[in-house]
Amino acid sequence: MNHHHPTLNPPATEPPSSWPMIRALAGIGILCSLLIVSTWQLTLPTITKKKNEYLEKAIYQVLPGATSKKTFKITPDGKVEQFEGEERGVQRVFAGYDDQGRLVGLAIEARGQGFQDVLKILYGFSPEKQAIIGMRVLESKETPGLGDKIEKDPDFLANFKELDVSLDENAQIRNPIVPVKHGTKANPWEIDSITGATISSKAVANILRENTLRLIPVVMKNLQTFEDGSLAGNGP
Amino acid sequence: MNTDPAHLSTNEFIKGLWRENPIFVQVLGMCPALAVTNSVINAIAMGLATTFVLIMSSMLVSSLRSFIPKQVRIASYILIIATFVTVAEYFIQAISIELHKNLGAFIALIVVNCLILGRAEAFASKNTIWPAFLDAAGMGLGFTFALICLGGVRELIGNGTLLGYMIFSENYQPWIVMILPGGGFFSLGAWLLLFNWMKSRKERLNLAAENSH
Repeated sequence: MNHHHPTLNPPATEPPSSWPMIRALAGIGILCSLLIVSTWQLTLPTITKKKNEYLEKAIYQVLPGATSKKTFKITPDGKVEQFEGEERGVQRVFAGYDDQGRLVGLAIEARGQGFQDVLKILYGFSPEKQAIIGMRVLESKETPGLGDKIEKDPDFLANFKELDVSLDENAQIRNPIVPVKHGTKANPWEIDSITGATISSKAVANILRENTLRLIPVVMKNLQTFEDGSLAGNGP
Repeated sequence: MNTDPAHLSTNEFIKGLWRENPIFVQVLGMCPALAVTNSVINAIAMGLATTFVLIMSSMLVSSLRSFIPKQVRIASYILIIATFVTVAEYFIQAISIELHKNLGAFIALIVVNCLILGRAEAFASKNTIWPAFLDAAGMGLGFTFALICLGGVRELIGNGTLLGYMIFSENYQPWIVMILPGGGFFSLGAWLLLFNWMKSRKERLNLAAENSH
């Protein structure tokens, strides 16, 4: 049978040398890694700068009236400390102050699972109103034109003008944030979802609920530290 | 056949724009064509990013064509394409964080756009750098043009806007389905219908002209 299929039984010639293949793949690999590393080196300062600008812009957007800010971190054992720079896995809280140095509110970073990938958002919390007063999406890979409506839809963003997260007598959140169907919002702690972007709206609501349940009690307990922050920062 | 070199190179460039348009004629690269074309701006950004990757990888493949043995050519092409996609992603991030956010997960998916691998395999690996560049530029712009056609229809019907500007009155009730994946198939089908109709009409006319002589 086999002699009918000469391709299955090639004549005994020298097998092709593997050296050109190794040379080509290794050469292209080195070339490509050099290209990627040099682009990374070239663009990293710009990207870091743009990301920080974006974050700073977002902080002032979620805290209307604030003109200066201070960065704090919340340690895993529930303490609040002043903090500089960036570190992976640190829960950062930005305190915003007005012209007179009074605390306007706190901008808190929160992250969680979105529709496609991790969703990173920033929300503004006003201790005076005990409510969320603003929300911006910092990083998302939600479907363009659908899930990214959580950043653009005016009706959805209106949820975060005053979203109730007040504490009860045990210093815990009285009504955890819940997403509801579009047009059925009846209580100040409910989030009106977007039709056609239900999963992304729910993701935002879940991230906020989880984050506020955990952090708002800590933040309220340490309010004095944040209020004193503007004084501490006035030194040289 | 005109063999004048200037004519040939114009031909390499023009063919991708119309006669061999990647989307409407070759029907290649359907994943990004359906996924990101729910607005014109996304279509333009995706088209230009793909054009950049296509031009750069075609030129590199063409200049390395005698160095790459045919047994490992696909692996080498993918490596080159993936590199330029990563480079493009860094540049997009450096240009605008907003734009990077808008394109989301789809930038990384340029790697698996079969148009790019197709041009590397079918053209760049057999030609010198200049024709490879022209071919890639033509195909890239043809791809961008087709994405804009798709995105225009979908954004207009599905959202009532074009490039973010309101076109229809406030009372217009958008057909949400056009922004959803299903709408991508509908509008692609409609465009393919139009292109094939034009092609068959041209053939009929040519045939009629020949017969009358």
